[in-house]
Amino acid sequence: MDANLTLLVNGKQHTLRLDPATPLLYVLRNDLALNGPKFGCGLQQCGACMVLLDDVAWPSCQLPVHQVTGGVAITTLEGLAAPDGTLHPVQAAFVQEQAAQCGFCLNGMVMSAVSLLRQYPKPDEAAIRNGLFRVLCRCSVQARAIKAVQRAAGV
Amino acid sequence: MPHDSAPIPSRRDFLKGVGCLTVGFVLFGANPLLAAPGNPELPGSLQDNPRINAWLEVLADGRVRVLTGKIEIGQGIRTAVAQIAAEELDMPLERVEVVLAETGRTPDERYTAGSASIEQSAMSVRYAAAAARQKLLILAAAQFKTTPGRLTLRDGAVHASTGRQLSFAQLLGGQQLTDEVRLPIQLKPKANYRYVGQSIPRPDIEQMVRAEPYYVQDLRFPGMVHARILRPPSYEGRLASFDTKALQKAVPGVLQVVIDGSFVAVLAEREYDAKLAQDYGRLHARWSGGRKLPADQPLAEHLRSLPAVDKRTTDKGNVDSLATDATLRASYFKPYLMHGSIGPSCAVALFDKNELHVWTHSQGVYPLRDSLAKLLKINPDNVHVKGVPGSGCYGHNGADDVAADAALLARAVPGRHVRVQWSRDDEHAWEPYGSAMLFDMAARLDPKTGRITHWQHELWSDTHSTRPAGSPEKLLAAQYRATPLLPKPEDDFSGGIYRNSEPYYDFPAVRVDTHYVQGPLRVSALRSLGAYGNIFALECFMEELAVKSGQDPYEFRLRHLTDERAKAVIRKVRDMVRSEKLAARQGLGVAFARYKNKAAYCAVVAKVSVAPEEDGATIRVLKIWSAIDAGEVINPDGLRNQTEGGLIQAASWTLNEEVLFNTQQVTTRQWEQYPIFRFDEVPLVEVAVLNRTTEPPLGAGEAAQGPTAAALANAVFHACGKRVRQLPIRPEKLL
Ligand code: FES
Ligand code: FES
Repeated sequence: MDANLTLLVNGKQHTLRLDPATPLLYVLRNDLALNGPKFGCGLQQCGACMVLLDDVAWPSCQLPVHQVTGGVAITTLEGLAAPDGTLHPVQAAFVQEQAAQCGFCLNGMVMSAVSLLRQYPKPDEAAIRNGLFRVLCRCSVQARAIKAVQRAAGV
Repeated sequence: MPHDSAPIPSRRDFLKGVGCLTVGFVLFGANPLLAAPGNPELPGSLQDNPRINAWLEVLADGRVRVLTGKIEIGQGIRTAVAQIAAEELDMPLERVEVVLAETGRTPDERYTAGSASIEQSAMSVRYAAAAARQKLLILAAAQFKTTPGRLTLRDGAVHASTGRQLSFAQLLGGQQLTDEVRLPIQLKPKANYRYVGQSIPRPDIEQMVRAEPYYVQDLRFPGMVHARILRPPSYEGRLASFDTKALQKAVPGVLQVVIDGSFVAVLAEREYDAKLAQDYGRLHARWSGGRKLPADQPLAEHLRSLPAVDKRTTDKGNVDSLATDATLRASYFKPYLMHGSIGPSCAVALFDKNELHVWTHSQGVYPLRDSLAKLLKINPDNVHVKGVPGSGCYGHNGADDVAADAALLARAVPGRHVRVQWSRDDEHAWEPYGSAMLFDMAARLDPKTGRITHWQHELWSDTHSTRPAGSPEKLLAAQYRATPLLPKPEDDFSGGIYRNSEPYYDFPAVRVDTHYVQGPLRVSALRSLGAYGNIFALECFMEELAVKSGQDPYEFRLRHLTDERAKAVIRKVRDMVRSEKLAARQGLGVAFARYKNKAAYCAVVAKVSVAPEEDGATIRVLKIWSAIDAGEVINPDGLRNQTEGGLIQAASWTLNEEVLFNTQQVTTRQWEQYPIFRFDEVPLVEVAVLNRTTEPPLGAGEAAQGPTAAALANAVFHACGKRVRQLPIRPEKLL
């Protein structure tokens, strides 16, 4: 049954009429036309669909949208850069390290890294690996991604 | 939409067979510096599309547009061709835009495959741009009443010493350069290069990081319909019944159910409804038949037992004596592997006024156009296929299949865009895998000299390439329609099966016997095709022989090589690890190959640690080093990125991966069942690029796959004394 739901995405309120069971990922991509979160597995196994819920990285592919109404701050990759377009330090570090090939996993890596650095601003390598653990990358740029997170953290 | 700016070089690709692999690099003509020895031919892609304006257009605003028939698959082709065009035309890089594979628009370069993007496309652009430069100088000389030699190119204009200048667009007066590219062509002297050979960052990485629309998955059209496919539980399963009324009731958002024999699809306005309908269908549709899979027999034994088409693919000297005096014999095995793209395959199609438009991440827009035209029985001129980047594919995954799904469904709802998104299960269970392979090796070593005198390599494998290539029956949907088209067994024996089975080493007598079998699973091209398995067997066996005869693994390889470039990568990688300290139960392993025996040279060393049995014998890859020589390097960081990715991906294949099945179906249908490397398993990597600026660029994107497999197996052996000959190298095999 469709219902009116209000979501707070990238600092903006959106009221949408939807099936409350719809996974957040579908809402972000299809109703709000956002490209950051990607569909990779729909099973919470690959991290392609990662978003921040308040400050915590969380896969959006199985998360019913009704669970994130009521003022939960949802941030997607689009919401990281400053209003003037300046990249978030984690985004900038991924560009500087050229830590991508096809880039399909980049969303998950960047969102996970942002979440990690908010909790642990100076992570060691093991903490970085742990923080990005849920994200799969088949092009296998992980070694570069680790360097990018180190660069962003200044460690 | 995404795609009109620039990225890098490297995973070069191949296709079209051997003929077009030769890289024309020689120039005749004035500059003796450039007259390097080599093949005096133009790249095959350029021979097929000889006009300058097939590759390059001058825009009214002074920019230049480069057209490539290749698609961006993360190899950075966009940046590489931009660098090359900007170089030859002395343009600022930002003023070169790149258009990727699109029928009717870009040159037909068949497939983006085989590590040939640089060898073919980028080199074609180089010659086309150089020819353009020559022509523009001649045109300007006529205008300025001088000779071309007195003119220079700068910032998209031709300048005379008098200060006069005319932009390219002014010189052409709205026309394009339609001359054919013909030798001799004078290329820019390499000493004057500004962009080529530099690690120019890929601008598309910033687009990605900003979440700009970039992928085929990001396409959104007004009124677009979402579709999911309902595949049978088994290969060749047939639909028995599907109560679509019950489905409509359960998922009211379903717009339409398309049933064409056993090709079943659900369409909905909202994607979530399409997903729910697919879930419902998986539970409630009834299927019959289905091909039984040989799960009751070890796969290696099964492959050996199959009827085979045999061919002696290398026969040098006489190895008959090996029957009685082999120093060593060993068998190796490589399972089916998955491409495992992170984003499952996706396509959008529109059927409107008898024309079909398809947006696809296929590696070959022109062959796909021809295949789809035949599938839909329409004129290929009425089919327009546009390449849009998808998730990295590493070969032939579900890209073409999902495009066929979309094309069929678009015809069912004319006038509306149809977006088909495969599920994770669809991708894992239905993509065409990299073939399983079995190897029997035998060799004789002269006990006095310690040199190999006889070498025998016998292999069993299915084909490694079943690309649609213009015909429709290899597209999955075609095989399940009411009037199914069934693919014939591959008659093309060269489908990558015996790639790199012939040793690059200098052995007096060598025999390779290739047995082409039809294995149980759907297969096609996976990064490096048969080379991964063949090099795994060959380089493990080399190591076993070195160990048996008590020789140093590096020296053992070096003394059997004559090509100095091959020796150089081995020496380089040895230097890179010289100061490595090994703790208990740690080991280093080396391996080498020249990809296809004619592309990039690559040597790899892996360092592993093997925890003792009582701790479950876990294997950890600590670091992998590689030295690679891919001839002239267009973008060193691009090449490094590709090689690093190859090392890590191949390590994941080698240690973790195996497609499994029961008698009914493939059982590795999610990441949990097919566990590719996660961040905790990924080794650090270090790549040294030996840039040979005077040599032709060589395909490099697949060069690391095989050597990495063998280097890891060899390292595990040196760490714990156990030789694992059956991939993947799982800890339980060490017990
Ligand atoms: S798409 Fe959500 S974890 Fe894979
Ligand atoms: S860059 Fe392609 S999946 Fe990570």
